[in-house]
Amino acid sequence: MSDHEYVPKSKFGKWFNDRLPLLSLASHLTDYPTPKNLNYWWTFGGILTFCLITQIVTGLTLAMHYIAHADLAFESVEHIMRDVNYGWLIRYIHSNGASMFFLAVYIHIFRSLFYGSYKSPREIIWIIGIIIYLLMMAAAFMGYVLPWGQMSFWGATVITNLFSAIPLVGVGIVEWLWGGYSVDNPTLTRFFTLHYLIPFLILGLVVLHIWALHVPGNNNPIGIDVKKPSKDTVPFHPYIVIKDAFALLMFMIIFAFFVFYSPNILGHADNYIEANPMVTPAHIVPEWYLLPFYAILRSVPDKLMGVIAMLSAILILAALPWLDTSKIRSAVFRPLYRQFYWILVVDVLILGYVGAMPAEGLYLLIARVATAYYFIHFLIILPVLGFKEKTIPLPLSITEPVLGGSPMASAIKKKESLN
Amino acid sequence: MKITFKTVYLVIFLLAGTFQVNTAEKIDLLKTDWSFKGLTGKFDRGSLQRGYQVYTEVCASCHSMKYVSYRNLAESGGPEFTEEQAKAIAASFEITDGPNSDGEMFIRPAKLSDKFVMPYENIKAAQAANGGAYPPDMSVLAKARSGGVDYIYSLLLGYEDAPTGVILDDGVYYNKYMYGNNIKMAEPLSDGLVEYSDGTIASKEQMAKDVTTFLMWAAEPHLESRHKMGFKAILYLIILTILVYFSMKKIWSRIESEV
Repeated sequence: MSDHEYVPKSKFGKWFNDRLPLLSLASHLTDYPTPKNLNYWWTFGGILTFCLITQIVTGLTLAMHYIAHADLAFESVEHIMRDVNYGWLIRYIHSNGASMFFLAVYIHIFRSLFYGSYKSPREIIWIIGIIIYLLMMAAAFMGYVLPWGQMSFWGATVITNLFSAIPLVGVGIVEWLWGGYSVDNPTLTRFFTLHYLIPFLILGLVVLHIWALHVPGNNNPIGIDVKKPSKDTVPFHPYIVIKDAFALLMFMIIFAFFVFYSPNILGHADNYIEANPMVTPAHIVPEWYLLPFYAILRSVPDKLMGVIAMLSAILILAALPWLDTSKIRSAVFRPLYRQFYWILVVDVLILGYVGAMPAEGLYLLIARVATAYYFIHFLIILPVLGFKEKTIPLPLSITEPVLGGSPMASAIKKKESLN
Repeated sequence: MKITFKTVYLVIFLLAGTFQVNTAEKIDLLKTDWSFKGLTGKFDRGSLQRGYQVYTEVCASCHSMKYVSYRNLAESGGPEFTEEQAKAIAASFEITDGPNSDGEMFIRPAKLSDKFVMPYENIKAAQAANGGAYPPDMSVLAKARSGGVDYIYSLLLGYEDAPTGVILDDGVYYNKYMYGNNIKMAEPLSDGLVEYSDGTIASKEQMAKDVTTFLMWAAEPHLESRHKMGFKAILYLIILTILVYFSMKKIWSRIESEV
């Protein structure tokens, strides 16, 4: 992105760089001009990269000791917890790491929603992000099956059974997924294989995600285009690196509290009971990060329609750049959208809550209302809002509000701190 | 920025809250002081040793503990019996080994490296001997019930006469804390059931507390080192965070912008 072409100083460096421009890439990454007004919500990209690497490294180590066999999987996990040196640490980092990964990705996604980061010219970044999110859910779901506890087994049974809703070929597809007539050893071994594969697919997509980001550059809390490089930008290193590092450390402290002091609070007690096809648990609940979609699934009385609703709830996000008709990116300058944004946040939290509750009575009613609102937000409110909303005038540059040079500045700052 | 992290904490709190609502018991569980809770929580060594005694004299006749080895009894962070004591404990159990060079299976005393000997050959045998109910393996039991140690402690003390109108089948007992209130295990503890060698009075509550502590250790044998390491790791992270914070302030002071 930088104006000047990078030339290595040493002769060897120049020789190498002419053949494989790795040094130019490194130079691009360090100089990459970044808007200087990025707030802490922008640090979650770096945090997510950390999460992915952590999951891959701990996952590789676990795979050295884990045995993907229906009769041995549960025991091998206990072996890791008891006899492998620091096995308990590696496993707890990996299992809580999944939750931390989703916590970070949800903040990352909702940051994008607030500041309109998905809008032109960043649609491809957004869509790659949605694909990464889908793969994350697949990886997390299959990872949860591997310890072969009761929730592993019954969660796998419930989720794979969803495919039986497909007319005509549904049952065939389910048996093909299982590799038999029920969730059993073939299911476990293929889930293990895919669980091992997906993180590397995600890694590849993350590279594309960042590549696509580096074409237009970062969005920012004001949501206006910035000239790069200019007074409005800072080089990625050291300014953004140190800020990301600070935020990452804060994140790691929270992460460490879970790992060391309540490593099982985000899991389900039933998963410490070995899988038993003859005994169904009283409530089959997915991990917390899948609960909103689980609530949507159960709120529709028809199985096929439920599955379609659940998938649409995720896929609708891919169409977001075109559903949101407003030209203004940042919610800071969209007073009405800002209110609907927070209603959506509450709506999703409610869906998560009712997803953990039995699907009956009042809970079911709430789930239905919240599901309906979720789709109304994306399909009706957003398209209409773009035409109807009276937005606040945009500042001319980032420097203007930052330096406090305009009467707008204090107003913007106040709004930002509220968010 | 303050608000930023307040919000993050709020989100986490909400998540944790959701989960707790999700698993909350309808009845309040009995509470007792667990020495292993908290940031620097450790097991009470005496309680673990007494707990082992209760397990082996009372529970082990029906409940297996197949992932725990005799050597674990002498390891640090556990009951910390001496190696001689652990060897003597192991040797008091018999184990089928083999085949030997003649192709025969043989019986020998257990060694430190052996897993706890199971009371029944297999699950079917356990069910047959217990009216169809399988006494669950106790290796990870303290983590496998919502409510954890509080639940197990409550269950052990939760036996009552069935309320009028509730008719129990033969071999079924009434327990306040059991899911559905019907339990196939007869009340296992009564005052003075075991004789503690350290002079502690073996009341029902004391035995329940000791054996539950032992079960927690069995489920989480590295709990003490986890707490110890966690304390150091978090302290280290906090100091590093402070240093990085001031570095960040210093770096950003080069330009006219706030971080």
